[in-house]
Amino acid sequence: MAQMTMIQAITDAMRTELKNDENVLVFGEDVGQNGGVFRATEGLQDEFGEERVFDTPLAESGIGGLSIGLALQGYRPVPEIQFFGFVYEVMDSINGQMARMRYRSGGTHTSPITIRSPFGGGVHTPELHADSLEGLIAQQPGIKVVIPSTPYDAKGLLISSIRDNDPVLFLEHMKLYRSFRGEVPEEEYTIDLSKADVKREGKDVTLIAYGAMVHASLKAAEEMEKDGINAEVIDLRTVSPIDIDTIVESVKKTNRVVVVQEAQRQAGVAANVVAEIQERAILHLEAPVLRVTAPDTVYSFSAAEEVWLPNHKDIIEKVNQVLNF
Amino acid sequence: MSKERHEALGLSDDQVLEMFKTMLLARKLDERMWLLNRAGKIPFVISCQGQEAAQVGASFALDRDKDYVAPYYRDMGVVLAFGMTATELMLSGFAKAEDPNSGGRQMPGHFGQKKNRILTGSSPVTTQVPHAVGVALAAKMEKKDFVSFVTLGEGSSNQGDFHEGLNFAGVHKLPVITMVENNKYAISVPIEKQIASKNVSDRAQGYGMPGITVDGNDPLAVYEAVKDARERAINGEGPTLIEAVSYRLTAHSSDDDDRQYRESDEVEEAKQKDSIITFAAYLKEVGILTEEVEKELNQEIGSIVNEATDYAENAPYADPEDALKYVYEE
Ligand SMILES: Cc1ncc(C[n+]2csc(CCOP(=O)(O)OP(=O)(O)O)c2C)c(N)n1
Ligand SMILES: [Mg+2]
Repeated sequence: MAQMTMIQAITDAMRTELKNDENVLVFGEDVGQNGGVFRATEGLQDEFGEERVFDTPLAESGIGGLSIGLALQGYRPVPEIQFFGFVYEVMDSINGQMARMRYRSGGTHTSPITIRSPFGGGVHTPELHADSLEGLIAQQPGIKVVIPSTPYDAKGLLISSIRDNDPVLFLEHMKLYRSFRGEVPEEEYTIDLSKADVKREGKDVTLIAYGAMVHASLKAAEEMEKDGINAEVIDLRTVSPIDIDTIVESVKKTNRVVVVQEAQRQAGVAANVVAEIQERAILHLEAPVLRVTAPDTVYSFSAAEEVWLPNHKDIIEKVNQVLNF
Repeated sequence: MSKERHEALGLSDDQVLEMFKTMLLARKLDERMWLLNRAGKIPFVISCQGQEAAQVGASFALDRDKDYVAPYYRDMGVVLAFGMTATELMLSGFAKAEDPNSGGRQMPGHFGQKKNRILTGSSPVTTQVPHAVGVALAAKMEKKDFVSFVTLGEGSSNQGDFHEGLNFAGVHKLPVITMVENNKYAISVPIEKQIASKNVSDRAQGYGMPGITVDGNDPLAVYEAVKDARERAINGEGPTLIEAVSYRLTAHSSDDDDRQYRESDEVEEAKQKDSIITFAAYLKEVGILTEEVEKELNQEIGSIVNEATDYAENAPYADPEDALKYVYEE
């Protein structure tokens, strides 16, 4: 098995699917010759040609609409939005069009599109280059929102996303792109998009997270282990729709839950997880379900970023609260 | 070039020297920012280099006591001409609390300064265009004698905001001047892959306004185009689209490596037309930039840049609690 960074695993997944399926197309701003501003598409244009891997003009709404037209003609577009902060420029294509195509056409038209986009904080990029905006799309039925936390997951989930017959938003946390390597099989494999993943088993408390916060949660779990607290960590992986069964199963075991997200507190994925738990498993809870999130303010300036973003210490604090309730 | 050129435009010797000084200051500040970035002191640079002539030529044609500007991230020349200081720009480069643009909340180059009528811009390109159109509509409704001036890159002229903004301005004959700074690239993507028409200015026709392409390396040509556009705007004759053609002399930003997508020969060739050199040559030819004046100028700008750097480097960052401010009215 190869050791890969998450970005290498992502490139590898695209290469795999470009090889497997001639209908797969990769396009976006600077993805061609330049290989993407984060180098996610490095080498793909050379390998597959300009017809299948190409630069678009600087216009996200156009990228979204183009994807829809191509999908209607049987292609599997994999467009890139250069930074997810620019999703506002393509919001109608995503939430207003591709997510509703199947419903609107009574199942006769579909949008098997995988939108890839970097997002997330902690790398000293200011607002709109760091925001966690997954909640905007998670609110829209008809599109899946997938967020990998490891190189292994990234490859399998991206291949599954591209093969999925519904639109998928595939968000890549910038802090995870190159911060560590992990084992990634060279051959192709898929990961079920409807399943959360138990990243660490435990019995005292369940931490539910996704993206970079999976790593903050694992770090918190390790530290707490020293004090005899045994935490389970669930990586949602697909944040919409969520795999509630895996969550409820864990809640029944631990009876205590902390939900962690990097995004601001209001609305959002964590709030949805909390609501689902209390509706389905309230009698299994020994304490209120608490959240660790960023504050309800605009994304912080760089000098305050580390304080503003949730971290493992914030998680430990909330775990102590649910344990001592 | 003959001496009559700037005089024919109504520009005095002092004014053209001031133009050159503003261009040179922008260049030198920008060069210093790259050094600071490579030394790990400032996080990010996005350059004006190659576009100073267009920025300064245009600004000098505006009424810098009345007009509003909505610059884009490369417009150091515009904001300097409109009153932002070198120190303020350095504070923004270092993302320090005192940065008047955003207190370090945005990247450098995301300009905004209320007292100098510089609208606050943001990261998504082209959003400033309809903002400037709104400002121009206010001017028209209130019968005020100012114009709004907005800039963007040629790649950015593909965004819906460009077309929606210009169309509204055309329909309502608003006093707004849009200047596209065509530096031939949008990050790595060359203009041929961005825009199907020959010139960006061809797009003006669709919005019922004059579209003019000028040499963006010639500050006097840009001055003239903007001056004419301003006159039309003030006379109620509506908006103008100006395309100032030059070249991006640096990589897109400090995070970009342009060797991935363009030949160094092409960059070298463009450097021959660098306005800092060609405008200096003109000013020497007409006897304005004497050896003595040039020496003084270099010294003066050198110390402005040094002082700005020292001040900004030693200035404090904002308190982390400041990140929680300015969400709603308090
Ligand atoms: C809506 C949006 N999409 C993408 C980006 C990322 N981006 C920043 S600058 C840039 C290229 C801009 O090119 P151009 O308009 O030609 O201006 P230049 O940088 O060449 O001056 C891109 C793609 C952005 N800032 N905003
Ligand atoms: Mg450009």
